[in-house]
Amino acid sequence: MPLERAVAENLKDGDTVAFEGFTHLIPTAAAHEAIRQGFKDLTLVRMTPDLIYDQMIGMGMAKKLVFSYAGNPGVGLLRRLRDAVENGYPRPLEIEEHSHAAMANAYEASAAGLPCAIFRGYRGAGLAEVNPNIRSVACPFTGETLAAVPALRPDVAFIHAQKANRRGDVLVEGIIGIQKEVVLAAKRAVVTVEEVVDDFAGLHPNLTVLPSWTVTAIAVVPGGSHPSYAHGYYDRDNAAYLEWDRIAADRETFRAWMQENVLEKGADAFAARVAHLRKAA
Amino acid sequence: MSAFTANEMMTIAASRALKGSDVCFVGIGAPSAACNVARLTHAPGITLIYESGTIGTAPDVLPLSIGDGELCETAVTTVSVPEMFRYWLQGGRITIGFLGAAQIDRFGNINTTVIGDYARPKTRLPGGGGAPEIATSAQQIFITMAQSKRAMVDRIDFFTSFGHGEGGDHRKRLGIDTAGPTLLVTDLAVWKPDPATKEFTVVSLHPGVTREQVQETCGWPVRFAATVEETLAPTALELQTLRDLKARTEAAHKAGASAGKRGSKDG
Repeated sequence: MPLERAVAENLKDGDTVAFEGFTHLIPTAAAHEAIRQGFKDLTLVRMTPDLIYDQMIGMGMAKKLVFSYAGNPGVGLLRRLRDAVENGYPRPLEIEEHSHAAMANAYEASAAGLPCAIFRGYRGAGLAEVNPNIRSVACPFTGETLAAVPALRPDVAFIHAQKANRRGDVLVEGIIGIQKEVVLAAKRAVVTVEEVVDDFAGLHPNLTVLPSWTVTAIAVVPGGSHPSYAHGYYDRDNAAYLEWDRIAADRETFRAWMQENVLEKGADAFAARVAHLRKAA
Repeated sequence: MSAFTANEMMTIAASRALKGSDVCFVGIGAPSAACNVARLTHAPGITLIYESGTIGTAPDVLPLSIGDGELCETAVTTVSVPEMFRYWLQGGRITIGFLGAAQIDRFGNINTTVIGDYARPKTRLPGGGGAPEIATSAQQIFITMAQSKRAMVDRIDFFTSFGHGEGGDHRKRLGIDTAGPTLLVTDLAVWKPDPATKEFTVVSLHPGVTREQVQETCGWPVRFAATVEETLAPTALELQTLRDLKARTEAAHKAGASAGKRGSKDG
């Protein structure tokens, strides 16, 4: 279905939402559609919030951020996020901070139908003192103290993936990150894909495939993870990540860029953005 | 032998600490360069793992992020992030966790979370990412970073990753059975923890570096080992390998546009 409808039907004001992608297959087009539709008071969940959460936070859409590493990969800090945390601009942002291990375990716990994740972590770590959702349990067999965090169960998950087949099964390849777990952890899941193929016949039997009945909606958006990449389709736009550092440094420059490149554009703008990053066939 | 920079000496000295039998969880930036120099010189058998799930990767150029496509293309296998942290890191299969740091103290505790107060930070840094568990689940931790008074401080503002805590047997008291930081390589010296106090102590000065220079760029009173050696200067092979790697990296990252001019830093 069209991305506009997939987002409108699945996201609501006040939702807890995860736009996931571990440096790869980041659902930028879906995030931009959510920005255009102007959702409010979202709790944003992501292991590695990068440009899209910097943009949503800068537009004042988020009341809370749950995360484990908030940086511009390969470049440095997220300047809109910093402005929100350090200065409360454009609105104060509540943060719940974890480690990667905790968030990965918490998504997996939710996918597995458990209320919490238990793992060996946070030993001596300062986060355990500032985040009340980091607790501990004693192993009933050995007595070892282990960390516990609540399962992450977003209202909606958005991911980008390489392809879907006509039946609606979704294939994820390359750095698969947390894509499968977040889809199975969330109440609803929206997937953008590079293309639709007839079927997955002839592919390796152990690939990461999300059956159609685990996915709520699929939208075809070629280039939809730019400036991230889609393994097998196009490369990461490193220049765009560097450029973001300049754009996000200034409130006015940021607003103007968002107006021109997000608010006044649609999902169909993404294909052209990756044209120069596609490998010669 | 041609001259070398302090940064080249740092990367090369760090690379020498790695063995072909190591399974190394690689942080981005300086650790990534050191690990790949080791792989391309004396330790071709080393297994390099990046937290994006790539196991046994052999990139031709240094990745700009921990999730660059080339890491996956050259890896023995690529696993999901939960599997990475559960089976491989928590499962005890990592021999060396190789980390960088924004702030470090004399006991190898690392801060990459905030400068200032946590609730009202002066500077909000990216956070820990994988580091809190790498610091305690990897069998040992190597750290590499350039020296400065801003980075090497008397007290860190936040304990992102636990090193030796207050020193001595602090790890053991918390039930942590891994060795923790056993090596710090800076642009000026090689440091190792004192066996009893666990305070980082200079064991080797890089060629031409004085004790005063080490002290001037460090925020705590520096301890020197009873015998301080001189780090062996980079060999021609080491230097050539590092420079070729950097040149290939620069060229690859410039291909798109002007990327690659800046250092890599992420979780």
